[in-house]
Amino acid sequence: MKNLEELRKLREKAQKNIKLRSQDAKIKVVVGMGTSGIAAGAREVLNKFINEINERDLDDVMVTQTGEKGMSSQEPIVEIREENKPTIVYGEMNPDKVEEVVEKHIVNGKVVEEYVVSVEEE
Amino acid sequence: MSVVTKYVLFGIDDNTLQAGARRVEEEFKRELKNAGLDDEIKVVETGSMGIIQKGVVILVEPDDIYYTEVTIDDVKEIVNEHLLKGRPVQRLKFDGKVDKSVVSFRESAQEIKKQNRVVLSNSGVIDPENIEEYIAVNGYEALAKAVTEKKPEDIVEEIKESGLRGRGGAGFPTGLKWSFTAPLDKKPKYLVCNADEGEPGTFKDRLIMEGDPHKLIEGMAIAAYAIGAEKGYIYIRGEYKLSIERTEKAIEDARKYGILGENIFGSGFDFDIEIKIGAGAYVCGEETALLNSLEGGRGNPRVKPPFPGQVGLWDQPTVVNNVETLANVPSIILNGHDWYREMGTEDSKGTKVYTILGHVNNPGLIEVEMGTTLRDIIYKYAGGVKGNFKCALVGGAAGAFIGKEMLDVKMDYDHLGKYKAVLGSGAILVMNQTACIVDMLKNTLAFFKHESCGKCTPCRIGNVHLYNMLDDITKAKGKEEYINNMLTLAESMQQSSLCALGQSAYLVIESATRYFEDEILEHIERKVCPQNVCEMK
Repeated sequence: MKNLEELRKLREKAQKNIKLRSQDAKIKVVVGMGTSGIAAGAREVLNKFINEINERDLDDVMVTQTGEKGMSSQEPIVEIREENKPTIVYGEMNPDKVEEVVEKHIVNGKVVEEYVVSVEEE
Repeated sequence: MSVVTKYVLFGIDDNTLQAGARRVEEEFKRELKNAGLDDEIKVVETGSMGIIQKGVVILVEPDDIYYTEVTIDDVKEIVNEHLLKGRPVQRLKFDGKVDKSVVSFRESAQEIKKQNRVVLSNSGVIDPENIEEYIAVNGYEALAKAVTEKKPEDIVEEIKESGLRGRGGAGFPTGLKWSFTAPLDKKPKYLVCNADEGEPGTFKDRLIMEGDPHKLIEGMAIAAYAIGAEKGYIYIRGEYKLSIERTEKAIEDARKYGILGENIFGSGFDFDIEIKIGAGAYVCGEETALLNSLEGGRGNPRVKPPFPGQVGLWDQPTVVNNVETLANVPSIILNGHDWYREMGTEDSKGTKVYTILGHVNNPGLIEVEMGTTLRDIIYKYAGGVKGNFKCALVGGAAGAFIGKEMLDVKMDYDHLGKYKAVLGSGAILVMNQTACIVDMLKNTLAFFKHESCGKCTPCRIGNVHLYNMLDDITKAKGKEEYINNMLTLAESMQQSSLCALGQSAYLVIESATRYFEDEILEHIERKVCPQNVCEMK
């Protein structure tokens, strides 16, 4: 990058990319992959999400990772982000719960209230 | 048909069950029947009422009267006096404040959302391994602006004005530190990031590096520009595998995008970063020991002065800053010092990242404004204490105990300083009534004894003696003069040790004896450990 202009252009592109991606992908699954998350089993949760989503051919769902939110006692933490909907934060996830969340929440749009630790309005 | 006029709610949790809640409940139902009230008054079981260690707890609704330590023998009285005649039984009434510690995690999550995040604004939001996601949230804008539009002196001035103070523990004003090194002509200069987070209970820097490594890199590049350094080092604790991986990837990506390297943003400013992995010595978190280790030598502290700002890495001018300090820099440059000064207290601006652990319901990390009270941190964000609050060790092993009396003290550098406590690294270890203070002290001193590098006598010998005295006390061999001896010894160590390691024992011992002298005396005089933790033989 040679100057400020270029950075700004890249930022616009990056922001568009993220938006575009969320237009293609209607649902974004974000798994907290910090040390406490991983120690609590976030990797298995992430892999389970990827497998479930591939198996069901859900093209409009994207799985990604992030750092810790601060709720270490509730790890592994997973966020389900959708446009124009509040973000649902699930806590203490495991592969079995992932299956349930994919089936009920992602496929049928019904939040699995039992595992919710927080709801975040935009 | 009868109408229910009152409810008797039984708080059912591990504590009340042990105290015999179910038996009392049966008795209650029997007595209500005898009194002919069983249609009118309903007995209901509910979860914990938030009153802990008070035996069987019941609540009469709608009167809003709590009874605690209710036994089978009290039931008749409550039924006859209160429920039949409407005269609450004063003897059993609970009039203390109902402890809101047993809030569900969802309630604390509401509070967690209200945090004011600067350093951790992107952690838990963006993908830390994707540089474009960082750029999309205004990443590297501050660096680009700084190197193309501002002079290094302006940056130093901006940080000075912001009131940012070092987050590694000592709280030295960051802008002032930079201003010692910036005007020096001696080249090369170095910028070193201290990421050797060794303070027990602290993991804030790890979360920054794992959750948002680009923010650290941006902060370092701005700092380097301000002081005139072309080379930066991050000294990361070896156990932090994920931090090392992610920071390494972030550095590589930044190089690929032309953000690190030569002629950054066409400004003529060159800067690159190298990672050095620490080998696990606590003392290497001390800046001069860290520099020795970085040079390939043994991690022993140096005599100060000269300070690293003049004579640092390879005897060149060097600024050493903590991860959290540097991660504050991009936001300050982007939003200006006025924005930053709006947060915090008079002498401590901005936010602080805390790691909370121990006997709390929701351990974890939070970032809140400087000056937030310990009570808010524990009860709002960490979901309250498991059991009754006894004390908190704030600042890690090199910190101090804070008792109940101080729950409402504003947490910042100066307010805590007035009470012989420190903010330190921001670790908050909460203890309930089951923790033994002598045992805690012994563990802390065992740590210091183990980690002392041995270079200076007060620390090398002093910590051993402090440990031995505490060990004696836990084995019922303590002598009365030990408390005074420990204080005198620790105080002389504070005055004569070469670095913070040897100076730290004093605060923790002094605060423990101030709040819990009786408990220590129990161990020494009566040869008992009230908490039944110490061996006592």
